[in-house]
Amino acid sequence: MEYGLDLEYSFNEILKGFGLSSEIAHIIWLPLPMLLVLVAAVVGVLVTVWLERKISAAAQQRIGPEYAGALGVLQPIADGLKLLVKEDIIPAKADGILFTAGPILVLVPVILSWLIVPFGQNLLISNVGIGIFLWIALSSIQPIGLLMSGYASNNKYSLLGGLRAAAQSISYEIPLALSVLAIVLMTNSLSTVDIVNQQSGAGILSWNIWRQPVGFIVFWICALAECERLPFDLPEAEEELVAGYQTEYAGMKFALFYLGSYINLILSALLVSILYLGGWGFPIPVELIAKFFNLPINSPLIQVFTASIGIVMTVLKAYLLVFIAILLRWTTPRVRIDQLLDLGWKFLLPISLANLLITAGLKLAFPQFFGG
Amino acid sequence: MSIAITTQIICFTVLSSVVIIGALGVVLLESIVYSAFLLGGVFMSVAGLYLLLNASFVAAAQVLVYVGAVNVLIIFAIMLVNKKEDLKPVNAIKSRRIISTSICLTLLSLLIRVDLTQVWNLSNPQDSIGEESTIRIGEHLFSDYLLPFEVASVLLLMAMIGAIVLARRDVMSKDISTGLPVDQELIEKTSEPLLTNKN
Repeated sequence: MEYGLDLEYSFNEILKGFGLSSEIAHIIWLPLPMLLVLVAAVVGVLVTVWLERKISAAAQQRIGPEYAGALGVLQPIADGLKLLVKEDIIPAKADGILFTAGPILVLVPVILSWLIVPFGQNLLISNVGIGIFLWIALSSIQPIGLLMSGYASNNKYSLLGGLRAAAQSISYEIPLALSVLAIVLMTNSLSTVDIVNQQSGAGILSWNIWRQPVGFIVFWICALAECERLPFDLPEAEEELVAGYQTEYAGMKFALFYLGSYINLILSALLVSILYLGGWGFPIPVELIAKFFNLPINSPLIQVFTASIGIVMTVLKAYLLVFIAILLRWTTPRVRIDQLLDLGWKFLLPISLANLLITAGLKLAFPQFFGG
Repeated sequence: MSIAITTQIICFTVLSSVVIIGALGVVLLESIVYSAFLLGGVFMSVAGLYLLLNASFVAAAQVLVYVGAVNVLIIFAIMLVNKKEDLKPVNAIKSRRIISTSICLTLLSLLIRVDLTQVWNLSNPQDSIGEESTIRIGEHLFSDYLLPFEVASVLLLMAMIGAIVLARRDVMSKDISTGLPVDQELIEKTSEPLLTNKN
């Protein structure tokens, strides 16, 4: 399966053409994909914020943002600028250091997790061997940031919100990890690239969603809970807790929380599409189409074409899931905290454990369908 | 010196100084909340050291288990019982400090001795497994380390049952220490509401 563009190699070759050593070329190359992914993540947030405003408006039979640009597309930029120039307030009785460190600890792990999101065979920052496990490990850091900001705000609503967020986050991490484990069992690898390649055999028919329907639903519910989206947005339930751990935050520090939650939503949608919906794969395998039209799969033009189709498919699948998440937010009521914990520990955890066991059994019984 | 080695040395220096200073902060700081958060920082830096040693799976497991579970639970517990109260002075604090310092120094000398006597260099650089380590750890867990692994899980189960029994005293009809029947209403009443002393 070693096909696809290798931009790093070509870039290094060009720089070596200018007489630079390969080490220096590597150092010049390193920040480029990181910057690109960071920009992609932030643009993705702007798009999601716009979608959220427009879809919520449509769900409530309003028009939504209208005057800032065509169809209000500039509205999220206006929101961002407002947060950027707002005064940065640290409450007088708050703990300044922890108050500042909290939002950073929430945002940084989320951005770091983009390391493993592949948009094509070679279109990811780093194909690390531990792949998806890195994301699970990094997302477990977030509760510390939430607890930190909840505590440092010196406000009872903040503390309650922080405690709720951490409790929710640690209880839903377990079924999430177990459903990822079932996928890893089928792939024999933790790497996200291998996970996508394992689903690329027969186009849409070989996607993991058909082999792991229970895992897909469990993962999606847990991902929504980890993102604190409705119906699981108890940590910031407006009617009970003002705004939870965000209550005392303003300006750029609040923007970090805001950015973090939306980047996390997009990241979760991307990971669902990678784990269950075939990642960058087109519903009909691109090789089949190329063979049908008698095109050579290794010619540069076809390579660029397949790479762009890969990026478009990944983003399309992710935004379809984001759309479902937004629709869920504006149509479902919030669950209570006891219902939330009941759902996590008494329903999702046993179901995901059973799913893991059944997957292992099926793998032994039908190795050709469930990974040998 | 190549750029890769320089980067490695810089990373090692930063990480190890964070580990040492952070660990000192955990022990010496008065505020227990700061200690708990610093402990998280120390765990993270240790994970960074594992990464430098090409043990990425161990590093991720370190983050998941120690930062994501152990440290979060410690902070959780501190925040649920965080009462601003003046602690009683402990008797004979000086002799206690001397004893604990001497124990720590003995441990330190033992570690230094291990560090100096152990041959750290691999005889054959090809033996380093790197990304293969995940597979190798799995094989060991299911063969020669199977018994310790299972015993550890039984230990955790016992601790969990103990915690549940302590947390839900209403499941017992008799008090363990006095042998008298437990007044269920009293338990309900004595459990103080959260955050009484906050603000």
